[in-house]
Amino acid sequence: MVRLIAFLAGLGFVGILLYSLIMGAVSFVSEPPAKTVEHEFHLHPKELHLASDGPLGKFDRQQLQRGFQVYKEVCAACHSLHQVAFRDFKDLGFSEAEVKAIAKGWATETPSVNPETGEPATRKSTPADKIPSPYANEVAARAANNNALPPDLSLMSKARHDGGAYIYSLLTGYTDQAGFKNHAGQELLKEFPDAKTPDGLHFNPYFANLNIAMPPPLAADGQVTYADGTVATKDQMAKDVSAFLVWSAEPKLEARHQTGVAVMIFLLIATVLAWFSYRNIWAGIKH
Amino acid sequence: MSFPWANHYAPKHPLMRWLDEKLPLPRLVYNAVGAGYPVPRNLNYFWNFGVLSGAALGIQLITGIILAMHYAANGLVAFDSVEHIMRDVNSGWMLRYAHANGASFFFIVVYLHIFRGLYYGSYKAPREMVWLLGLVIFLLMMATAFMGYVLPWGQMSFWGAKVITGLFGAIPVVGGPIQTWLLGGFAPDNAALNRFFSLHYLLPFVIAAVIILHIWALHIPGSNNPTGVDVKGPQDTVPFHPYYTAKDGFGLGVFLLLYCGMLFFAPNYMGHPDNYIAANPLSTPAHIVPEWYFWPFYAILRAFTFDIWFIPAKLLGVIAMFASILLLFFLPWLDKSPVRSGNYRPAFKKFFVLLVIDVLILGYCGGAPAEEPYVMISQLAAAYYFAHFLIILPIVSKLEKPLPLPNSITEAVLAKSGQA
Repeated sequence: MVRLIAFLAGLGFVGILLYSLIMGAVSFVSEPPAKTVEHEFHLHPKELHLASDGPLGKFDRQQLQRGFQVYKEVCAACHSLHQVAFRDFKDLGFSEAEVKAIAKGWATETPSVNPETGEPATRKSTPADKIPSPYANEVAARAANNNALPPDLSLMSKARHDGGAYIYSLLTGYTDQAGFKNHAGQELLKEFPDAKTPDGLHFNPYFANLNIAMPPPLAADGQVTYADGTVATKDQMAKDVSAFLVWSAEPKLEARHQTGVAVMIFLLIATVLAWFSYRNIWAGIKH
Repeated sequence: MSFPWANHYAPKHPLMRWLDEKLPLPRLVYNAVGAGYPVPRNLNYFWNFGVLSGAALGIQLITGIILAMHYAANGLVAFDSVEHIMRDVNSGWMLRYAHANGASFFFIVVYLHIFRGLYYGSYKAPREMVWLLGLVIFLLMMATAFMGYVLPWGQMSFWGAKVITGLFGAIPVVGGPIQTWLLGGFAPDNAALNRFFSLHYLLPFVIAAVIILHIWALHIPGSNNPTGVDVKGPQDTVPFHPYYTAKDGFGLGVFLLLYCGMLFFAPNYMGHPDNYIAANPLSTPAHIVPEWYFWPFYAILRAFTFDIWFIPAKLLGVIAMFASILLLFFLPWLDKSPVRSGNYRPAFKKFFVLLVIDVLILGYCGGAPAEEPYVMISQLAAAYYFAHFLIILPIVSKLEKPLPLPNSITEAVLAKSGQA
């Protein structure tokens, strides 16, 4: 009885699935799905090699400090970094006094209340504060940016596939839409004449829908002046800020790698010992 | 344990004798996983995965209890409290990655444990109850894992909760109210997050309780073995301790090496980047996918694309997805072949290999976007899945001519070592 019911239920499921398959195949052949401009012209991130890559990777502190400078002088005008506190910048190799100075001198002040009146006010930041957002709230952020919301950057490098490489590619990927061709040699505006980038948006083939609200932030070489003498080309600034955002998303990366190595060595020894004890106990027993 | 030659617990120390009279807990342990439990001597490495599943549950319980001390189940701060754990709690990053990857490794070992049972016929008489309780554990695990994935309150958490509770919305007439009742609102919000946290903390202990029943039910007939032949005498078994504790110890070492390799060197490999974006009810992710261990079932759900008469495709998908697990409860009565082990069932063995490939294909399609050719492939694969259990297995078990079985476990072992 169970098997009869099972047999009928099985035939039912298989029948419906094969029916769906045939119907799907027929409609796939009769009306093939239209190709989308994103599918044809979106680019995968470029290669980016950072010192923090790989199982033994460590941060390049010089590069993190340069990347921090790019964030502070360029990105921070619009993008918050609210998971990161000023005290965390000690990880970048800054001294206690330098961190205090960075907090105190930050362009945006930390929201507070006036102790006399209770009215909203701002005050200088301290190392214990999180990085203040450049905008009071989402409405203010959208109002200042043509109704687009600049996302928080704290976790950006973990919130996208190939995070670090994605940020680097996006920052260096702005290009002229006219004449843009994909790897197959097709020209975007010839294949999709309706896909012209609307006013107020900027063409960037590394962005998911190809048109991004953010204007090219790294506009010219030498936009920041590095203290360590590194030449601030657009490419260099993009690499450095990507490295910084990899740090901001995963500040415990070095501790993780170091602990991991010790754990693996311990487990390897323990497993070898366990294997010998297994062989020893089973010696003489055929199995 | 029903084998008369099992070792008997005989405490030597007066304190242990005293304890044995008052509360024979050491005796229970001795008989359950000590020298008092005789186990077939020929178990292969596939028999490690039961103990490994228990170890994985232990890891989840310990890391989870500590994480709960730092996590805040409130829609306003849940996402940031997870980042607080990652950044400011001492070794919090390790706890959280251990818990997130621990869930994946729990499913890896449980899937291997289930497929071992499927191949060696461990679901057949006299072990039906072991199999049924195992499926209950599997269902509880799925519920726990789903609710746990909602807690970080990222984009995939939120939209996953919305899609999965939306499945109940497919039920005619009462579906909508049921979904609202489950969520405590019209969309996932604080009420849903709080109840998911409460249940996510509760269910692992329910799992632990069902595991006790699972092991209890196992100890009545005793463990199955790769030949599927019953134990005939003392020469067929060895005591669980020290023989299988030693072998499981080695297996546990290998498991921990792989698990820690992932935890420390690729902790986000099995996660989805979108879950590092805070939940936003106004922005739908391009592709909503569950965690990888649900992909085969997700593929079955999405394989139903056409309405049949008055039944909408979504409802068919929901029915099929639940049926794909519920049918396993009937497996002991669908496969009537008296031979347990797939080693002695040539036709069954071929179909079993097909099933493994089929489930892997379903898993791949479940993780892919809902586009062609993935939908057509998953329709074909889902059809095979149902056909395998509901049509092929009952027929094969009737028609197949099994290979000759060894007379005993010892005979099989000696024949093998004679060849070598």
